[in-house]
Amino acid sequence: MTATAPAPAARKPVEPGAEPPPPERTSVSRWIPAAVIVAVWIVVYFLTEGTDTLALPGVARTDLHDRLTEFNNDLLASRDTNPIMQFTNSISDLLRSVFEWVQRMVVVPNPPRPVPEIGWLGVVAIATYVGFVIANWRIAVLVCLSFLSFGVFGFWQDSLDLLIVTGISVAIVILLGMPLAVLVGTSARANKVITVVLDLMQTMPTFVYLLPVVLFFGIGVSAAVVSTMIYALPPLVRIAGFGIREVPTTTIEATDSAGQTYWQRLFKVQLPMARKTIIVGLNQTTLAALSMATLAAFVNGPGLGKPVLAGLRINDVGAAFVPGALIVVMAVMLDRTTTAASERSEKVARGGGGNIRQRRILLAAGGVGTLVAVYLSRTYIGLAEFPVYTIGDKVATVVNDVMDWVTSTFGGVTGAFKDYVTEWLLNPMQSLLAESPWYVSFIGIAALALVFGGARAFVSALVCLTGIWYFDLWHDAMITLTMTLVATVLVMILALVFGVWMARDRKVDLGIRPLLDAGQTIPPFVYLIPVLALFGPSRFTAIVAGVVYAAPAAIKLVADGVKGVSPTTIEAGRSTGQTTWQEITKVQLPMAKGSLVLATNQGLLYVLSMTVIGGLVGAGALGYDVVYGFSRSEAWGKGLAAGITIVLLGVMLDRITRAAADVRRDDGAGPRRAFHTRLPIGFPGDRKVVET
Amino acid sequence: MRTARSRGARLGAVAAVATLALSACGGGSIDEQTEANEEQAAESGGECGDLSMAVNPWVGYEASAYVVGTVAEQELGCSVEYKELKEDVSWQGFGTGEVDVVIEDWGHPDLEKKFFADQGDGTATDFGPQGNVGIIGWFVPPWLAEEHPDILEYENLNKYAQEFATSESGGQGQFLGADPSYVQFDEAIVSNLDLDFKVVFSGSEAASIEAFRKAEENKEWVIGYWYEPQYFNAEVAMQRVALPPYEDGCQDDPQTVACDYPETELKKIVSTEWSEGDSTAVDLVQNFTWTNEDQNVVAGYIASDGMSPEDAAAKWVEENQDKVDAWLG
Repeated sequence: MTATAPAPAARKPVEPGAEPPPPERTSVSRWIPAAVIVAVWIVVYFLTEGTDTLALPGVARTDLHDRLTEFNNDLLASRDTNPIMQFTNSISDLLRSVFEWVQRMVVVPNPPRPVPEIGWLGVVAIATYVGFVIANWRIAVLVCLSFLSFGVFGFWQDSLDLLIVTGISVAIVILLGMPLAVLVGTSARANKVITVVLDLMQTMPTFVYLLPVVLFFGIGVSAAVVSTMIYALPPLVRIAGFGIREVPTTTIEATDSAGQTYWQRLFKVQLPMARKTIIVGLNQTTLAALSMATLAAFVNGPGLGKPVLAGLRINDVGAAFVPGALIVVMAVMLDRTTTAASERSEKVARGGGGNIRQRRILLAAGGVGTLVAVYLSRTYIGLAEFPVYTIGDKVATVVNDVMDWVTSTFGGVTGAFKDYVTEWLLNPMQSLLAESPWYVSFIGIAALALVFGGARAFVSALVCLTGIWYFDLWHDAMITLTMTLVATVLVMILALVFGVWMARDRKVDLGIRPLLDAGQTIPPFVYLIPVLALFGPSRFTAIVAGVVYAAPAAIKLVADGVKGVSPTTIEAGRSTGQTTWQEITKVQLPMAKGSLVLATNQGLLYVLSMTVIGGLVGAGALGYDVVYGFSRSEAWGKGLAAGITIVLLGVMLDRITRAAADVRRDDGAGPRRAFHTRLPIGFPGDRKVVET
Repeated sequence: MRTARSRGARLGAVAAVATLALSACGGGSIDEQTEANEEQAAESGGECGDLSMAVNPWVGYEASAYVVGTVAEQELGCSVEYKELKEDVSWQGFGTGEVDVVIEDWGHPDLEKKFFADQGDGTATDFGPQGNVGIIGWFVPPWLAEEHPDILEYENLNKYAQEFATSESGGQGQFLGADPSYVQFDEAIVSNLDLDFKVVFSGSEAASIEAFRKAEENKEWVIGYWYEPQYFNAEVAMQRVALPPYEDGCQDDPQTVACDYPETELKKIVSTEWSEGDSTAVDLVQNFTWTNEDQNVVAGYIASDGMSPEDAAAKWVEENQDKVDAWLG
């Protein structure tokens, strides 16, 4: 109780409506009570260390966990009679047959033919043509090269399988998601309810729902499609819903006055005006779908995830790298294509789109060429089966050599860095959070939530902490929280350094963006092995994996935020003769504060989403519990409890940072930032970060 | 206008090049092969049919699965589908017809309770030993066993505990626990034998291998859970530390375990429905047995020599036709 005492004094010192300067003082004053809380906490920790920590050994379970397991067992036992499962099984049969039909059309032999109905040449031609039709010739070239790279690097079938799964998933997501997006965009109440569900879908570790999905939908392609859908639905609903909501009320009122019906308003005004945002949502959904590829491979989902996992199985970085890089190629291809398509549709809608007659002729010529290619690919074996190249193996060897060199050269340095961070940052924080009695940490965290986020964040924190306590994994949760916080600190250091650098130098920006895109898209499993080789199985290894995954998003946010500072403000500063350092610390960073908070928020959630991966590399705690539950049926309940605990941690961190950002706002009501949406891949000029 | 025309020219050029390339690399005619396939399908009645083989995620298993699969394909004309799955998920697949065979089972009492006929829904059937003997235990890298031979007795471990300390072990020695899917009692063993160690879970086989490999290269102190048959032992011959010997029942209560792991007879588990069908592969799977050495050879082809599992299995089958013939009976 003593810990909370200083908090009330710091509550919302300035109410909205005041002139701009106050936020400056607000942020200073909040750190003082926070420091007091931490000081009190440290004193209490020294008096009570090691008591009531609720630690649970790695393979131990509690009654609650066993009850959850029992629930799963009951479901499993009833699978032949349960009507819901009968229903889901028939859906899964349908999904499988659709997938297999498409597969036989374009990638696997369609017996008695020794090859698919359309061979590789035909497939490449069709894809290129589609790229040309919906966008332009540049996109057509990009699509063509991407498809050829799938085959040349030796993963033709896996790549097409992944494309098919992604295609089916995205199609279903659109069918389910658009009505939801309309609901979210038109009804405030529906928005509230649906947002909670979407939060859950996005923070729940995929491993946790992979098993129930298998239970209901079986192994393989159906499980892959369903789990991909769960993961890829939220971005579309959020972003498209936002687009619909943001259609100017004046426009709606003006058209309403003409006496339109609800449906007319929806289809003639709201949807068309939100089209661009909807396509951004679609774009994000597609990229999210791709990032599920490797995880779906755990339940025999088809696609490029399989060779990535196979590489992990034999500790072969190179073997995992090539298919991982092809996932990046595919992501870039889909991203650029959907973006260009939306731009084109925009242009056409405005009556542009270039010389129509010329384009028609080109389209006809391209169509004929495509038909010829399809015909040839149906006739000649060499044009139906992709030729075998060894270039993929060569790349794998080079990657392995480079990795060997890096690990043997830097092994010592990285080891020292690991020990330093572990000893000076990780261990002290973990002691405080995890070795204090649970009620002390509980009160400490809640008090900090109150200081930084105000009353609403305090209530959220109370609810979440109670839930974490209830699910019997308190100690593990505190260790995971520590790792998440430390990783986020590292992410923010990187984000500040690179973000500011990129914002101040366009060339740097152009050079770094593609690397960031790749960092966001390449499956984490690919870089697990080199990271392991550098740091050994430890908590720090998990932190590094989390940083690699989370830093790109945070860096982009900071860069965009700093870049958004108005040039006149900077000019004004320069005229007073300030140094570069002053300009960054006194003008650019303070003015980009909103972006910094958002970057922290995203950093926390991205890092947290890597918890399970961390469990695979020796981080223990909740990540290990989830993997343990996924691997052994008697521990399923513990895995589920750990998954729910991760969600609760995520919701808590999100609410606190979000509330902290809101308290800082001085512009009253207005659009809120899209916490949770993945950031678009691409150059800054292409499009803006979506806000909701 | 100018850009549009050049675009057309470019497209035309591409088309021309493509047509040339096409006519150059003709290859065989698909129609001929289709006819041939149709005739063949009419002749052979397809005795074996489809065989769904679960592939659990460790290389030794992969070796067993692909060898049996390759024989089934080559000798019996089965069409084999390999499904990459964890153990738990594989067993669930027996009932739904998605999995026919789990070729290397290390003992899963909880799954047996759910899926064997005498205790559960009867969708799974024990198809007998597959010949390999699983040896689980505590292992140290060879350099350590050589320099400190007494470390191979658990009584001496406390003497060296400080040497094993890492940033993760909080002042105690670190014991590297295994991939969560493996049966393990290390936390209980450590506490019941009063060892000054803390179990740190590596989390995956990849993590364990990477740690052992580095330990041998740089002469680092590592002790951890490891097992045979395992291809990695050919690269680094991990040395086993003797714990109090296993006796029947000493692992019944997970809290009080204070003994070594038993040797496990690895088994084949199959789908009951499939085993009662008329596929010719049923006999093959029933007859299949081989040794730890056999498996390590194939696993080595895959993991150390970088061969694809198909090629590795085909190579072994070619070199060991006598053993294969025995399975075919």
